[in-house]
Amino acid sequence: MKETEIAIVGGGPAGLCAAYTAAASGAQVTLIERNPLMGGQLNKQTHMFFGSEKQYASTRGMDITNILLKQLEPYEGQVQMINNTTVVGLYEDKVLSLLENEERYYKLKPKTTIVATGAFEKFLAFPNNDLPGIYGAGAVQTLMNVYGVKPGNKVLMVGAGNIGLIVSYQLIQSGVEVVAIVDAASKIGGYLVHASKIRRLGIPILTNHSVKEAQGEGVLEKVVISEVDQSFKPIAGTEKEFEADVMCISVGLSPLNELLSMAGCMMKYVPSLSGFVPIRSSEYETSVKNLFVAGDSCGIEEASSAMVEGHLAGLYASASIGKKHEQFVVLEKEYKKQLHDLRSGPEGEGIRRGLTAVERRSHND
Amino acid sequence: MIEKDGIPTKEQIISVFPSLERINKGPVAVIECYQEIPCNPCATSCRFEAIHIGENINKRPDVTSENCTGCLVCLTKCPGLAISIVDGSKSKDYIHYTIPYEMVPLPEVGEKVAGLDREGAFLARVKVIKVRNPKSYDRTPLITLEVPRDILYDFKCIRRSQDVKR
Repeated sequence: MKETEIAIVGGGPAGLCAAYTAAASGAQVTLIERNPLMGGQLNKQTHMFFGSEKQYASTRGMDITNILLKQLEPYEGQVQMINNTTVVGLYEDKVLSLLENEERYYKLKPKTTIVATGAFEKFLAFPNNDLPGIYGAGAVQTLMNVYGVKPGNKVLMVGAGNIGLIVSYQLIQSGVEVVAIVDAASKIGGYLVHASKIRRLGIPILTNHSVKEAQGEGVLEKVVISEVDQSFKPIAGTEKEFEADVMCISVGLSPLNELLSMAGCMMKYVPSLSGFVPIRSSEYETSVKNLFVAGDSCGIEEASSAMVEGHLAGLYASASIGKKHEQFVVLEKEYKKQLHDLRSGPEGEGIRRGLTAVERRSHND
Repeated sequence: MIEKDGIPTKEQIISVFPSLERINKGPVAVIECYQEIPCNPCATSCRFEAIHIGENINKRPDVTSENCTGCLVCLTKCPGLAISIVDGSKSKDYIHYTIPYEMVPLPEVGEKVAGLDREGAFLARVKVIKVRNPKSYDRTPLITLEVPRDILYDFKCIRRSQDVKR
């Protein structure tokens, strides 16, 4: 059986940073990514990132992948990167089952594993929500920003969180008409600077509105929306119709972490972290020894925090197998401070609350 | 209300604008960042100590207009495209108004484009007087426009006549 010291599942922002810090700590790393390209969601982000310089603020997400890959170059001999490969099993004996190119299975036995599998998109229930032309926002971004395919001509965006706002802006940049952004919440969930830059292009943002139904013969042709009350119930007589050939659903993400459940990790449903998340120590170790987690798979947040969590998980996972980074104490303090800075404002309130529900003291305390 | 529709109130807008006296002296930054979010590149990119955020990166930027030289760097660094430069020293009829603009194709110098307010509604035809897009701006071009003084607080965006309907 193939062996490694640290297996990292997922080559997005958290996984790439975990790989870097683990390698810098002296560990042998195997980084496994299911897509052809490393970078995960970073590759689709054509906008400049928020945060501070330490998390590459003002740099476009798609350029951050290259920065992170470049950091890994000196560790070429220590880090094996495997793409087009999905981890489909994580067993009690810590063995991972890998599926390469959707056709070949093989096993990998690491000393320790970091799960950084990210998130998946939530969807919305309404009549005819299976009509062609109705996409998740991630799919629209993949079509446009990875493959250069225009998803349609007239888009209704559902969801005014950061993803809904950003994808709307990218659609407009691609020459696609966005007819409106609707959100059932009473307030815009995303950053208001994103909202304003779309609103001033003439796109209405309709809070307290949701989709009533989709209409069309074989493909999406029309969307009926209506106002909703405080319990998100449609208010009769407030319906509005929009002609659209694309409806883009961006109603939030859920942590993607079935591998952790499969391995027997203690999980908890925490609404402010957007779903089931693992109970973990302050050192990012789950209730299963030598199984670590980082990024959106342990709670939905921004990519900036996912990168910092990746660094921390890389530090701790390496230390757990006796490969302690020379600068461990300094780096641990630095990364913890960065997370604190990113989470200390009003927008980080939910994350802070969520973390108190899942974070236990370290096994070693 | 900005939290509901993305449109700031007149009071919010006025609160972030420097005085007319300062605007008439020369170029100065206007930062329309009305929410506390974890973000500080405007402050760290300013070489003139004109923008302050401080240790807590969630604080809103505080602009010291006297220190601002209108160098434009913060406009290209703000991920929210929330910064403009206004300059009332060039003309008594117009404000030279510089905005970040990430749409293609870019307008040309001399072209008249539609000047829009914060809802995207038409205000006036405005003339493009400068288009800057060097590599250092990293794909956030800056457009300088001649904006009539009476719409100083309303103007925010442009649309070219051949753009796709929005």
